[in-house]
Amino acid sequence: MRAYESVIGLEVHVELKTNSKIFCHSSTAFGGKQNTHVCPVCLGLPGSLPVLNRQVVEYGIRVALALNCSVARFCKFDRKHYFYPDLPKNYQISQYDLPLSYDGYLDFETDDGCTHQCGIVRVHMEEDAGKLIHREEVGESPAYALVDYNRTGVPLLEIVSEPDIRSAEEARAYLTELKTVVQYTGVSDCKMEEGSLRCDANVSVRPRGSKELGVKTEIKNLNSFRAVHRALDYEIERQIALCKEGRRIVQETRSWDEAKGVTAPMRGKEEAHDYRYFPDPDLVPLVISPSWIESVRRDLPEPPDARRRRYQEQYGLSVYNARVLTGSRETAEYFEECVRLYSRPKTVANWVMGDLTRLLNAEQVEIQDCRVRPAQLAALMRLIDDGTISGKIAKVILEEMFASGKDPETVIREKDLVQITDAGAISGLIEEVLAGHPGPVADYRQGKGKALGFLVGQVMKATKGKANPAMVNDLLKQKLDEGK
Amino acid sequence: MRFNDLTAHELRGLLLRRETSAVEICRSVFDLLAAVEGEIQAYITLDRAGALAKAETVDRDLRDGRELPPLAGIPFAIKDNMCTKGVLTTCGSRILRNFVPPYNATVVERLNAQRVVMIGKTNLDEFAMGSSTEHSSFFTTRNPWDTARVPGGSSGGSAAAVAAGSAVCALGSDTGGSIRQPAALCGVVGMKPTYGLVSRYGLVAFASSLDQIGPFTRDFTDCALVLNAICGHDERDSTSAPGELGDFTDFLVDDVRGMRIGMPQEYLSGGLDEGVRRIVLEAASVFEQRGAYVEETSLPHTDYALPTYYLIAPAEASSNLARYDGVRYGCRLENSTDVIDMFRLSRSRGFGAEVKRRIMLGTYALSAGYYDAYYLKALKVRTLIRRDFEEAFEKFDLLLAPTTPEPAFPIGDKTEDPIKMYLSDIYTLAVNLAGLPGVSLPGGFLNRLPIGIQLIGKPFGEGALLRAGYTFQQSTGHHLKRPRIRGEA
Repeated sequence: MRAYESVIGLEVHVELKTNSKIFCHSSTAFGGKQNTHVCPVCLGLPGSLPVLNRQVVEYGIRVALALNCSVARFCKFDRKHYFYPDLPKNYQISQYDLPLSYDGYLDFETDDGCTHQCGIVRVHMEEDAGKLIHREEVGESPAYALVDYNRTGVPLLEIVSEPDIRSAEEARAYLTELKTVVQYTGVSDCKMEEGSLRCDANVSVRPRGSKELGVKTEIKNLNSFRAVHRALDYEIERQIALCKEGRRIVQETRSWDEAKGVTAPMRGKEEAHDYRYFPDPDLVPLVISPSWIESVRRDLPEPPDARRRRYQEQYGLSVYNARVLTGSRETAEYFEECVRLYSRPKTVANWVMGDLTRLLNAEQVEIQDCRVRPAQLAALMRLIDDGTISGKIAKVILEEMFASGKDPETVIREKDLVQITDAGAISGLIEEVLAGHPGPVADYRQGKGKALGFLVGQVMKATKGKANPAMVNDLLKQKLDEGK
Repeated sequence: MRFNDLTAHELRGLLLRRETSAVEICRSVFDLLAAVEGEIQAYITLDRAGALAKAETVDRDLRDGRELPPLAGIPFAIKDNMCTKGVLTTCGSRILRNFVPPYNATVVERLNAQRVVMIGKTNLDEFAMGSSTEHSSFFTTRNPWDTARVPGGSSGGSAAAVAAGSAVCALGSDTGGSIRQPAALCGVVGMKPTYGLVSRYGLVAFASSLDQIGPFTRDFTDCALVLNAICGHDERDSTSAPGELGDFTDFLVDDVRGMRIGMPQEYLSGGLDEGVRRIVLEAASVFEQRGAYVEETSLPHTDYALPTYYLIAPAEASSNLARYDGVRYGCRLENSTDVIDMFRLSRSRGFGAEVKRRIMLGTYALSAGYYDAYYLKALKVRTLIRRDFEEAFEKFDLLLAPTTPEPAFPIGDKTEDPIKMYLSDIYTLAVNLAGLPGVSLPGGFLNRLPIGIQLIGKPFGEGALLRAGYTFQQSTGHHLKRPRIRGEA
């Protein structure tokens, strides 16, 4: 047991996939030509005014409920001031003392199987800033920066955790579960690489057993789950080392350097912004009726943890399989649709987690875009059960289905892949193989069981894999034993 | 034909009877401008070509016998803090001296729908912060009644244009008196409607919770017509009041019998000029003679209005004006060492002294450790001021008060002393803090200078103001007097 423990709280920003921005009609689409998804409002032109997009509130309530938060009946927007060129008004419209929701929690599990609970301080709505594009100095022309305001005003939810996290591993597990839960609500893609999920970490250390919090640092520029894990590990060690040397930890904001694997100071407490929050006089307070909250609650999908439990209890799946199959709402819905059409959940689980996932990964396709629809996968499994094809051939057929989107029956017909189950036909082939391979036949009869596999393989090869393998096995054994 | 003393509704009659044309009216305005604008300097930008083109389309439709909206062909001036698509909008500031908006303010769209003829954009104190137009970055507008004096502010250009005849109607904005005070000093009707009645979309914000657009006109009929044109819900402004509105001209009734009018005693003492006080009391007796009940009343928190206003308005302004940084539009100072230096230089050179003073006041009031003592306390006092009015309106239909403590003051008289300048709005600020409608109308003259009297109404009580104002003008005729300007034919 180490002498120090770390205390971590995460601030997560999630970009909402509404069609239009939080305070205007401009598109939120990712990746458009620079400065095309803009209007007077999101550019902060003189005289423009914000008008709240109700869809953002609805999405916010979904996430708040999924994180077991209380939704405020009355909330308001505040201005947070700081000067930066990617912020057109030089203030961000956010929520300060009366956020959308508060007092929630999230249960999550670490890889060692331990369950944890982390409190959620609040979930609030705010607008995103633009993006700076830096150009290096070239010859005589000096370095400069350009600004793309397409992202300005894209709706964000900020999800602030309690400092309940105790290790980098827990932080990673919390973040993974948070991502899954938010994705389930259908309001965000939560792609860290595209910036639709961003994370800042507050971390401090203290002697184990102490109740007081140590001086914290805030770590920014965490662009992947791995970065969160590595940066926190680094920062915790750095702080513990300082404590051991009896040196002071400075309250500051630090930036994670992915290449060097270190955190470095960005700005100290003295340089910290005074954001001068005050209620935005351009927006009226937001009143949320209980009936609105209830209608959002009714429409929420079953959350991932409940689904995981149900998969274990109802379908008899392992903890691991249940976790993988509920990893995203799309995967879970695909799986359940298959189970609805084909009633052996474990078989479905094997196919979805095995061959299908391998194909999806290889081709970088999302399951919701997969050309093999659940009904087609169910049909394939039934064709194995009724003996039309072997399990081995089914794998070949699935590849073809995946590439072409064709039904399994069509693939079987076109490629003439119906299983040979005619004992007479198989026996005839066996005779030929035995005649052609006297060596292995002799080996087998001298007790070298391994030779049987070779002979089975030869029969299968002769039928291009179409012979029923069990029948081949049985008939071959029978023939060989006859000749002993 | 001389049109410059006529009202919009009179010009409408001439147009419909084909006794003149919109082009002729428009030309006469530009002829007058050629003679007097050098003296008055009401406009920052004139749009002669645009105005004539507009007038021609109105005449074409008149000839074709098409029905036209009530303000079609009427020469309008617009304060230069309302966005006009493709037409320079400076806010009287160096920092926006090259800003051409890509969109129209809602009020501008609504006036366009009326087919008005926009003459140009009028001068103002920079970002509407001031009471004389002396804080304009460009020049000072002069009072048509005495060009050595200020026209008031911040909408001084609009008020002077309507008084001089270089516009028939104008729009101004009023954050603490910026319509009513210059209307009083220039002898025209200037109304600040209830907060939320007119969309603020496209009005460059000074203090968002106080700003309101309103009309300058020569009489109450025109005032009602302009209100009809610009009021009403706008989904682009979250603070815009919902609901359908009636026809404001229905309130143009020459009768105040049974109306209950309160005179807050706090508005009739202190630094009030004795002559102005006499004119307010004369107005009270006019209303009494016409059958209204006039009685003294009290608004006990009146003394706190000025300090409260000078915390809330600058706080909001410090935030609203943060966007002027030289990055996206307006003036950028080159040769800066880095981006923060660029902000600093652009803002230091782009803003004038009064704007900087208010940004500093507001930044201070919102700073960590001072917020509760200043901004939050000011919000609480604002509630007390609003309650004063609510209580008064339990007994009265409207309140009568002076608009300004004195007539138009000489140019340069108050520029060295901000507090003296702030006191010009002492009788108008509280109305903005309470979100109420208020109107200044010509109440009489002192030494050949016009004096305004102020009527204050309940929320959305513009109707009572129109009725009382209309009755007063029919009874006195002060609104008919026009200044004679050197250079005018």
